[in-house]
Parts: sequence; structure tokens; C-alpha cells
Amino acid sequence: MATVTLDNITKRFGRDEVIKGVSLDVADGEFIVIVGPSGCGKSTLLRMVAGLETITSGDLRIGGVRANDREPMDRDIAMVFQNYALYPHMSVAQNMGYGLKIAGLPRAEIAAKVADAARLLQLTELLDRKPRQLSGGQRQRVAMGRAIVRAPSVFLFDEPLSNLDAKLRVQMRLEIRELQAKLGITALYVTHDQVEAMTMADRMIVMNAGRAEQIGTPLDVYERPATLFAAQFIGSPSMNVVNAEGRDGALHLGEAALPNSTGHAGPVKLGLRPEHLRPDPEGPITMQVQLAEPLGANTLLHGRLATGDSFTASLPGVHTAGQGSGALRLSVAAEHMHLFDAHSGARLG
Amino acid sequence: MEKRVTFKGWLLPLCLIAPQVFISAVFFFYPAGQAIWQSLFIPDPFGLSSRFVGLGNFEYLLGDSYYRASFITTAIFSTLVTLAAMIPALFLAVMADRLVKSAGAYRTLLIWPYAVAPAVAGVLWLFMFNTRVGVVAWYLGQLGYDWNHVLNQNEAMGLVVVASAWGRISYNFLFFLAALQAVPRSIIEAAAIDGARFWRRFFTIVLPLLSPTTFFLLVVNIVYAFFETFGVIHTITSGGPQQATTILVYKVFSDGFVGQDLGSSAAQSVILLLVVGLLTVLQFKYIEKRVHY
Repeated sequence: MATVTLDNITKRFGRDEVIKGVSLDVADGEFIVIVGPSGCGKSTLLRMVAGLETITSGDLRIGGVRANDREPMDRDIAMVFQNYALYPHMSVAQNMGYGLKIAGLPRAEIAAKVADAARLLQLTELLDRKPRQLSGGQRQRVAMGRAIVRAPSVFLFDEPLSNLDAKLRVQMRLEIRELQAKLGITALYVTHDQVEAMTMADRMIVMNAGRAEQIGTPLDVYERPATLFAAQFIGSPSMNVVNAEGRDGALHLGEAALPNSTGHAGPVKLGLRPEHLRPDPEGPITMQVQLAEPLGANTLLHGRLATGDSFTASLPGVHTAGQGSGALRLSVAAEHMHLFDAHSGARLG
Repeated sequence: MEKRVTFKGWLLPLCLIAPQVFISAVFFFYPAGQAIWQSLFIPDPFGLSSRFVGLGNFEYLLGDSYYRASFITTAIFSTLVTLAAMIPALFLAVMADRLVKSAGAYRTLLIWPYAVAPAVAGVLWLFMFNTRVGVVAWYLGQLGYDWNHVLNQNEAMGLVVVASAWGRISYNFLFFLAALQAVPRSIIEAAAIDGARFWRRFFTIVLPLLSPTTFFLLVVNIVYAFFETFGVIHTITSGGPQQATTILVYKVFSDGFVGQDLGSSAAQSVILLLVVGLLTVLQFKYIEKRVHY
């Protein structure tokens, strides 16, 4: 168990700077999710913490000790890989015990620790099997088992659930979270799935093009996204973003006028989450509905505003209003309006 | 799903396999049949007539101390050639696999020796170690070592082993390098995080994962050492000194074409055929079980 500190970490491949200075303080036992689209540098960041990539500049401290120049094995970490990376020629028990064997533990002690971990992960029946005789979910568990038997200070997960089917993913998500909480081991978890990020994280880092766009609790990021990118990446369906203009103390979207809480004048980007829109006969926003997707608990309405911007609203229950015919009037509470700078995308107010 | 094409008639399929059947017949079944047939006869010293002796040739060979010695020579020679061709190849492949810069150039250079024909390689090594004009022999002399593979049996064996294995290293290197590059990076990284340092990783993770390639190369190299090293031995030692480098295939040649004893020569090639067949069957039966595909 340890804290992890990233202090202005950068990574350069040749001339390409793929990580442009990321700083983060991870508390002992905290579960941090690094989320972002593919190519944003999230895996590279994790691999630098693991010691599988060198750190170009900046400091990495694990448990308060600078770890930049330490070999992976000297960092007291364990990693779960996307493809599990099990040793194909070893049985499940040998896979899990490999690290302990190298550490030079007595055979009996290894067997006991492997048995404990296997019990925790319900792998006891499978200890003599080879990886190729296991299902995807079982392999995932073995990879987890290999990570926990060594009782490391830090767990690193590199998209561990992306090769599983949807149902198993939800189940393993809960299991990983429970296990991490039970063991109290600091964890860094990389994913491109914003639902995983929202449900698992104590805090998350939203990454884009090598930069940390926002670091905060899932609800923080959801309720007060720091940038336009974070706003659109987190939340499903994703946030509507329309061009608006601050003028005469109000926000104008074409004909429509909304209250302007920030008092910002000039062109801005206005972000409205689909689930925060309410049907309101007097509402300022008029949307031409083109398609309705009934999901049971709620209905997604896709269409356009008078300005031409595409627009989505998520209304509770089965909603037939405006379907096919067209106009639907909507309103939104002032606290659910997100304003961003039209150029930099930074949050206003 | 496997897609199978079925032919209605028999003429087209026959035509399609005919070239392969023809080649096998002309270059394998016919000469092999001839060898088996000839092994049952003894020709007279001038090759004008021959007498049927049944298994007499085989009986004579099994009692012949020179022939038994040739078996032992072959066993030593092929073991040494296989080891000398595979271990350095694996080492070079491991090193080349770690390269980031100019890996392509090293790879190309390491492949070149394979392009040299065994007989040419033999001459090359012969010149380097020639007792009178050889560069290496001269340097060894400067160091106080009197190199003479023409008289010293161990030196002769060492030289033909090195000359035979040299070109083969390139071939093995290629296969090992391809196999190394097929080992998933993440498995190596997982082992590194598990605490295994380079050589530990190599012996406990990489080598077991290479076993299909290693097994294949083992079979191919042993067959090479048995048969294709003829050119090397012929150019460097001609089987000498005192038959110290006369491996079975060389004895087939020297008894048949130098000694003109075609019956014995044919019998020897039949035995050789059986030995190599048996060896390959044994390898597939026993070693393959320990290979992780």
C-alpha cells in the first residue's frame, strides 16, 4: 500500500510528445481511473508508472520514493494486461505463483498464498488447467490472481475488461472494485469506457492528446466539466454543444434566449446534457424531433434546433410528444447550463 | 468451415498430382529401389558382373569395425554440428531481437553465410586453417599452438564441425528471430513485473515458448548434419585423418565411388535411410510431447 505521485511527467517518442506534463497525487488505497479516447496517451502513462516505458521528464514517486530509474520489478507493483498476458505453458497455479517463486519464497508458502488468492477469485477448481483451457472471464480472474498474490503496493490495470462481453464486463467491474476495496491497495486503471470510469473511480483523469483535461471525482467531472472535451467525453448520451452568444445579459441561440448566469459576453459554446432537458410548453428551446429511441426507462429524441445544430434530449418514461410531427419545446435549469470558451474550450463560470 | 473442392472425374486430379508423383518417382523411389536392389549383390572388382549375396553385405557391415566407428563418428559429429549451429544462432537471435537501431542491417549481415554453398564454405575454412598458408593456422602458430588438422583427429573433427555449422547458424538465426518476435510483448512485460530479470525470463518464459521452433530446427539440423555436410567433409578432410571424420554419408561415397564396392555402399545407404527415418519418428514421438504449441 502506497501513495503514487506524478509530478509533471512527460513522454517523448522521437519528436512526438505524447504525454505533455501530467501531475497527479494518488492517495493510499485510492482507485484512480485514467480515461480517454484511443491515442490519448493513457496507456503510455500507465506503462511509465509500471516502468515499461522510460519517463522523459518529471518525477514519479511510489510510496514517497522516486521511482523513475527503478526496474519494473523493483517498484512493488502488479499489472493486469488487456490480453491478460498469461504464461501459456504454465498451469493456473504456476502462473499465479511465478512472481513468488522468483522472489525465492518456500514452495509451501507459495502454494498457500496461491490457494488463498484462488479461493478469493473462485479459481480453486481450475488451478491445474492451462490458460488455453479457460474462458475469457476465467483468464481475467487468473490475471487478477497473479496480481494479488504478490500483495503489491500498487495495482495497474490496462483496459482489463475490454476483451470481455458486455454482461461479464459489468460483473467483473464490480468484482475488481470490491476486491480493491477489500485489499485496500492503491489502483490505477486505464479504460476508454466512460461508464467504467464513472462507476469504478474514486477519482478519474480525463485525458486528451497527452494532457489531463480534468482530474476529479466522477460526479465532479459530470457536474462541472472543466473543458469542452471532458464535458463531451463523460456522460451518455453525450452532451449537446451548441454555439451561443452572450448579449444584453442573456444567451442567444438563434431566436431562443436563455438566462446568462456568467454574464459572459460574445460567442460561447453552450453545453446541455440530454437528461437535463425538460419538456415545457413555455420552454425557450425549440427542437425539431426527427427520431425517437424508446429505451423503456427513458426516451432519446434526436433532432435539430432552429439554428441547424443537431440536438438530443433524454426524457423520462415513454415519450411520444413531437414524434414524427416536429416541434418540441424544452427548458433547462440554470445550474445545468455549461458555458465554455468558444476557442480554448475552457469552462466559463 | 473448411472448404473442400471435390472432383467428379479421375483424370484431372491425376494430372494435378502427376508432377509430384513423377518427381518423387524419378528422384526418390527409383534410386532408393535401386539402392535396395544393389545392396543384395557384390560386384566383381572390375564392375563387369555381380553376384547375388542376399543380406551378406549387411552382415559384413555389422561386423566391420570401421563401419561401427563411422556410426560413433556420425553421432559425435551430428550432435556437435546441431549444438554448434543452434546455440550461437539462438544467442544471436536474442541479441538481434533486443536491437532497436539498425536491426535490419545486422539481420541481413547475419543471414549472408547461408547463401554460401557447403562445399564453398568448406574451401573457405580450409584456406583459413590450411597448415601451410592458412591465416588462422599461422596466428595460432604465433601463439605457440601447432595447428594441424591433417594429422590431429580432434582438430580435424573440430574444423569440419565449425565449417558445417557456420552457414547453418544463419538459417537457424532466421527461424529463432521470427519465433522471438512472435512472443507477445505483454507476456515478457508481465514476467518483468513479476520480478524476473532478463536471463531468468529467457529460460523460464521465452525458451518454453520457442519450443515448437526449437524442435523443428532440431530435426532439420540433424538431417542436415547427416547428409548435407558431405561437401564440407569432402573438401576439408576427405574423411581423414585415419577416418576420424568419415561420417556415414561420406563412407557411402568413399566405399562406393572410391573403393568401388557398390554393393556395400548401397547397403550402407539403406541403413542410413532407416537410421534417419527412425530418428525422425523417435523425435516426433517423444520430444514433441514436451513441446508447447
